[in-house]
Amino acid sequence: MKTRTIKVETLARVEGEGGLHVTVKGDAVTGVKLRIYEPPRFFEAFLRGRDFREAPDITARICGICPIAYQMSAVHALEDAFGVRVEGALRDLRRLIYCGEWIESHTLHVYMLHAPDFLGYQDSIRLAQDHPEEVKRGLRLKKAGNQIVTLVGGREIHPINVKVGGFYKVPTKAELATLVEPLQWARDAALETVRWVGGFPFPEFDRDYLFVALRHPGEYPFNEGRLVSNRGLDIAVRDYEQYFSEEHLEHSNALHSVLKGETSYFVGPLARYNLNFDRLSPLARQAAREAGLGPVCRNPFQSIVVRSVETLYACEEALRIIEQYEMPDSPAVPVEPRAATGCGCTEAPRGILYHRYRVDEQGAICDAKIVPPTSQNQRAIERDLGDFVGQHLDLAHDELTWRCEQAIRNYDPCISCATHFLKLHVDREA
Amino acid sequence: MSATFEPPFAAAQRPLVIGVGNRDAGDDGVGLVVAARLGERAAGAFRVLEHSGEGADLMSRWGEAESVVLIDAVRSGAEPGTLRRFDATAGPLPALGFRHSTHAFGVAEAVEVARTLNQLPRRLIVFAIEGANFAAGAALSGALERRLPYLAEQIFGELQTLSSESR
Repeated sequence: MKTRTIKVETLARVEGEGGLHVTVKGDAVTGVKLRIYEPPRFFEAFLRGRDFREAPDITARICGICPIAYQMSAVHALEDAFGVRVEGALRDLRRLIYCGEWIESHTLHVYMLHAPDFLGYQDSIRLAQDHPEEVKRGLRLKKAGNQIVTLVGGREIHPINVKVGGFYKVPTKAELATLVEPLQWARDAALETVRWVGGFPFPEFDRDYLFVALRHPGEYPFNEGRLVSNRGLDIAVRDYEQYFSEEHLEHSNALHSVLKGETSYFVGPLARYNLNFDRLSPLARQAAREAGLGPVCRNPFQSIVVRSVETLYACEEALRIIEQYEMPDSPAVPVEPRAATGCGCTEAPRGILYHRYRVDEQGAICDAKIVPPTSQNQRAIERDLGDFVGQHLDLAHDELTWRCEQAIRNYDPCISCATHFLKLHVDREA
Repeated sequence: MSATFEPPFAAAQRPLVIGVGNRDAGDDGVGLVVAARLGERAAGAFRVLEHSGEGADLMSRWGEAESVVLIDAVRSGAEPGTLRRFDATAGPLPALGFRHSTHAFGVAEAVEVARTLNQLPRRLIVFAIEGANFAAGAALSGALERRLPYLAEQIFGELQTLSSESR
């Protein structure tokens, strides 16, 4: 029987690098492997012995695209350990800075990494040649997210203003007001983006995913909530490790997460959207409907529309927070370390990001566990590829290869996050 | 923060040095290390920025100066420590040289998109330094460590040329 191998040694246009290997025998898929070329656990080891106050700054280095997510999960985990609650304006500022990161990350992915796939372009350069106004719109929309992160976080790439208990410095109402005009433009641009991507051609693909996301009684989730699924899971973040475990598969340096009793689960915008549709703003829900989405979307190719809807929501949420903001008396609440273990789980742009720290009575970190969203999606990605290839074996080799790459990009995987680092080493096999 | 008043046009006239990379990934940090060294000798003649290499943000930073010097690590099979210079305003960057990037929308792509959108600075000089080891947590490899004074000197010479051109 003839064996076809579709091998893409390194994938273009995902954050970091990864490799895909699919084996087909006759008309059946016999193997799918998503390869991550990274050594694991560097940052978890690096955190050992460091003072807890360093955790936000150290973990922020794990990902250049989502440093805020790492900082938020870190501070919430440590605040959980020390019995600290951050409320009111400080809590709002954390949601605001997270809005900035979602806008940046989603917009970068939608315009520069994923839209080229749907429009038949090899890369964003060729997209920019034919659609310069759209690309300019995307870059300016991303910049609006940057502006939030810079103003609240203190520096664009690795924000320096976030700490356990709150912030080092908080903005005045006037300073936040400078964001209003760019964000009003951004909100309109985000709506245009939903309409633009809503018109893309989407392959038919539907899977009965097990979705996992945070859910909160009063808001679309960023930093707080319970962990829920579409099949009855409803647990506190503190119970994460009783339900989720990690397995190391020999072809990948990332640990694959599994929900005990299940074979794969799916985190990220689609999971959030399906489990929290009613928490979106009216405008975001309306835009989703006009773009052809119902309250539930199970087609991963349409995740580009969901990301655009979330971007629109983030613009609106940012404007809402800025409008009602009153500068707090203190930039942070007091924090006293104690010997304890704490957990935090927040919604990074790509999905739930779990941190757990064990700290001694001086506040030194004894050990840390960090589970990024992309590593949690590994199995789901592999399964999707297996299903997708199985359904499209009639396609020509190059076309099928390109479609497999596109399928992986549906997850907006951050390979460098999944293994905490990027190492580039391309094995050139004959 | 500077205590002295600086008219905005003066800032734009000074070359901007952008060191690109990741200090936690071995030789991927060499752009940052060289930029930092140059910063120690700047004495106000040029500005230095350390950057992760995320392309969209790089594009917005270029607008801050008329002349930009960008320093990044590459992996192309050359001798570690090899320094190559490209005038990005004169033509496309060779794609292979910048295969090494911590983000898919990185330096090479950002240059080409900016070119397409007419958003390149007036001068953009890119220095590519061949790296050997990009492992997580690794220090700069010995070959690059030894070459640092040479690398800094070469790029400093470029900055002096750019500074005298802009007067």
